[in-house]
Amino acid sequence: MRSQNEFSYGGDATVKRPELGKEISDQDWDNFVYNRKSLRGKHWELWQHLSGCRQWIKIQRDTATHEIFKTLKANEEIS
Amino acid sequence: MQKYSVFSLVKNAFSNHENWDLAWKDPTPKKEYDVVIIGGGGHGLATAYYLAKEHNINNVAIIEKGWIGGGNVGRNTTIIRSNYMHDDNALFSEFGMDLWRRMSQDLNYNVMFSPRGIINLAHSDAQMNTYARRGNSMRLNGIDAVLLNREQVREIIPMADFSENVRFPIFGGLMQPSAGTARHDAVAWGYARQADSMGVDIIQNCEVIGFDVSAGKINGVRTSRGDIKAKKIGLCVAGSTNILAEKLNMTLPIETHLLQACVSEPVKPVLDNVVTFGAGHFYISQSDKGEMVMGGDLDGYNSYAQRGNLPTLQHVLTEGIAMMPFLSKLKMLRTWGGIMDMSMDGSPIIDKTHIEGLYLNCGWCYGGFKATPASGWTFAHTIAQDRVHDLNAGYSLNRFNTGHLLDEKGLGTKTWIS
Repeated sequence: MRSQNEFSYGGDATVKRPELGKEISDQDWDNFVYNRKSLRGKHWELWQHLSGCRQWIKIQRDTATHEIFKTLKANEEIS
Repeated sequence: MQKYSVFSLVKNAFSNHENWDLAWKDPTPKKEYDVVIIGGGGHGLATAYYLAKEHNINNVAIIEKGWIGGGNVGRNTTIIRSNYMHDDNALFSEFGMDLWRRMSQDLNYNVMFSPRGIINLAHSDAQMNTYARRGNSMRLNGIDAVLLNREQVREIIPMADFSENVRFPIFGGLMQPSAGTARHDAVAWGYARQADSMGVDIIQNCEVIGFDVSAGKINGVRTSRGDIKAKKIGLCVAGSTNILAEKLNMTLPIETHLLQACVSEPVKPVLDNVVTFGAGHFYISQSDKGEMVMGGDLDGYNSYAQRGNLPTLQHVLTEGIAMMPFLSKLKMLRTWGGIMDMSMDGSPIIDKTHIEGLYLNCGWCYGGFKATPASGWTFAHTIAQDRVHDLNAGYSLNRFNTGHLLDEKGLGTKTWIS
């Protein structure tokens, strides 16, 4: 168990940057930069173990109860 | 409606206060309304009130999942101010200040508006320059602003830490003397009582389950107490905006985050103003009961919990003690949390949507309470006239698409970094 103080939040982990070099619409760009589902319940998000090993990780957490269901390395895909 | 006055108070004293009228009714929802407002918080209640008062639209329902005033209007730190630099925010807020000054008379309900002034402390020369610039912008928009030096601040808040060897010495501050506080619950109740008296149905314990949308038009709303038809529906649900947006297949530039506040045990009068710490995020005022009312940063991650965690509270209070060391001697009486609709540029949205008849009021971040009257007034205008008012033209939904952001703090899209 590590203290919450050691971790820093990085936001919604399901957001993907539009592919480089491809023509994209303003809407695609909006969805990447601004628009978020941010729902109550299970939420995949990025955290960094900032005051520790400094790894970025993905966490699936309940936004109402804070229960953590799953964790992944930053480069692992959410299935 | 029974008028509240010293005479009615005396009259009712003779019958042991057992014969007061109910302040608002508990109606059964009708099948159809001209306008349905979803969300019985401050903004929703104010919207219904101004729809009836300014636009003669009385066939209105407010539907509320819980009870009116149980959300952020009952959970905030009651600060009212218009010390903004950007024109859109400044003019909108200052319009609201006028409504605040008249509110107790307008509503025949004492909202205990107390224009005690707000002081934003500065802790460096650079910050003094920034405040001078903001103060000048405010004055250009007709808002009172006074730049205070260290000695002037010391005269007003002598209990702040003015010792030499502190990490964040007080260089001075920016004061808006006309800012202040009000009794938050009274604002909700005052609007509710007047709206009810003008024919608005306040329907509590009524949860929205879905919407009836066809051919790009809104036709009504499905609720836990039956279907309600309406050609115009306004969303005023703050931290729950994303939940309703999902039912409408909309994704918004909003994240829901948790903000905590707390009060100390009551003490004798020690602080006359609202004061904010300039080297972090902490604000404080003293309630009429004597409690020190405090708040600061978001918990920092998406949350619907409506209760906070300790690390943020500890961080915020550490800032408070750095600013006013005597706070460390006080016992904490109560802490609580509310969920904020954090927009991606820190400014709100009051606008029409791509669905005809559906209007959106959200993105208040942690500044919603002070905006209650102006938000209700402009939202009522937007709904009644089916077009935005000049005052809320800057609060458009598509500004994120066009790049006309209102980023007062210059923080960008990381809503959780406050």
